[in-house]
Amino acid sequence: MPRTLDVELTVNGAPRRLEVHVHHTLLDVLRDQLGLTGTKECCVVGECGACTVIVDDLPVNSCLMLAVEADGHEVRSVEGLARAGELTPLQQAFLDKGAAQCGFCIPGQLMAAQALLEQSPDPTVADVHEALAGNLCRCSGYEQITEAVLAAAEEMRR
Amino acid sequence: MRSFDYQRPATLTDAVALLERHGPEAQILAGGTDLIIGLRDRTIQPSVVADLKQVPELRPAIDEQDGWLSISAGTTMTQISAHPAIRRHFMALVEGADVVGSVQIRNRATLAGNICNASPAADTAPPLLVFGARVLVEGPAGERRIPIDEFFVRSRETTLLRGELVKSIELPVPREPVGAAYLRLTRRRGTDLASITLCCGVEPSGSTRLAYGSVGPKPVLFTDKSGVLADPATAEDAKLAILEEMLSAASPSPRSVRASPQYRRAMLRVLARRGLRAAVERLRGAA
Repeated sequence: MPRTLDVELTVNGAPRRLEVHVHHTLLDVLRDQLGLTGTKECCVVGECGACTVIVDDLPVNSCLMLAVEADGHEVRSVEGLARAGELTPLQQAFLDKGAAQCGFCIPGQLMAAQALLEQSPDPTVADVHEALAGNLCRCSGYEQITEAVLAAAEEMRR
Repeated sequence: MRSFDYQRPATLTDAVALLERHGPEAQILAGGTDLIIGLRDRTIQPSVVADLKQVPELRPAIDEQDGWLSISAGTTMTQISAHPAIRRHFMALVEGADVVGSVQIRNRATLAGNICNASPAADTAPPLLVFGARVLVEGPAGERRIPIDEFFVRSRETTLLRGELVKSIELPVPREPVGAAYLRLTRRRGTDLASITLCCGVEPSGSTRLAYGSVGPKPVLFTDKSGVLADPATAEDAKLAILEEMLSAASPSPRSVRASPQYRRAMLRVLARRGLRAAVERLRGAA
C-alpha cells in the first residue's frame, strides 16, 4: 500500500501543505501534484540537471531528493523567476543571447545560473562553467548560455 | 520506485534501534544522491528508509578538538570544500570533494555517504586514507572507531555491523605541514566517475603515503617510510621501483565499461608519478 506523509514547504514564496507519497521525488511532486511542469524530468540519475531547482538557496537535482526531504524547506523552481509577467535579467539575457534552442534544458540551466549569481554576483567564465557543469544541453548551446549568464551578471550589478 | 516505510528518527538512540531492528532491510538516507538512483532502478529495495537528517548529532558540523578535525555525517561536499580548516590542513580532501558529481550533487552528497556507499572509485577515499582518517561509529554496543583503512570491503559493503551508523569522520590535524595532492583520471573533463583515483602525501620526514582506487574492489593505501620517494637526490629508477611495488595491488576489472585493465595499469603509473611530484612540490611550498 502506498504510504504518504503530510509535509509543509514553501514553493516559490508560497507556503504549501501537501500529502505526498513517501517514495515520490521532489520532481514528481512539483510536476504532478503542483502542476509546476517547468522543471523537467530527463536522465533521473543526477547527470543532466534538467530537474534543477533551488532548495534553501542551493541548486539541487529534484530527481534525487524525496519530496518528504523538502519538508520544512524552501523550494524555488523556474516558475518563481518571472514576477507579474516580467522576465528577470537572467531570463532576458537567455533570450537576448539566443541561449535557448530547443529549450528543454533551460529551466535547469536558469536555476543553476540563478543560484550562482546569488552567491557570486561577478563570476568568471570558469565559475560559470563549473556552476553549469551539471546541466547538459543536447543542442550544445554552451557558448550562448555562458554569454547569457555573464551578461545577466553585468546587468544585475548595475 | 517501490514504496517503503519512511522513518525520520529524532535521536541517535532511535536511529540505532531502527537500524538494528531492520538490519539489511533498512537503508540510510543522508544526501540520497546514490540511494535514490538505486531505489528508482530497483537495485536497492529496502522495506525501511531511515532519513537521519533530523538527528542532532549528525547535522552538518565541522569541529576541531584535541588535535582532530571532526566532520559530522550530515556534512556535504560543498560544506567540506568551503571550510577554512579543511582547506588549510587537508587540501587534497577538498580536491576530492570538489570533483564529486556536479554542484547540484555536491550540495546534497555527504562525505559519510561517499564512504558508506564504498564505491571503489569514491573520490574522497584516497585522501582520507592518506590523511589517516578514522570513522566514528555509533551502534547497539555504543561507540567505536574504525581506521579508514579497515572500513572498505567492496562496492556497497563496509565493515559496519548491523545497527551501526557513521557519526563522523575524524582527521588528525598534522603537527607539521604534509604535502598532498589528489588526482583522478576520467573519460572526459566534466562530470564523470573516475577510472583511477589517486592521492599522494609526503611528510617532512620523507615518509610517503600513496592511496588509489577504481583499480580493484576497494581503495587501498601503501606507505614508504624510506624517504627515497621524496628525496630529490635519488635516481628516478630507484623511485620507480618503489612506486611499482606500491602499485602492485591494482587488479582492475576486465568487465569495466570505463577503461580496460591494461589502460588502467599504465595510467596508474602516470598518475602515481604526477601525484608524487605534486605532493613533494607542495611540501616544499609549505616549508
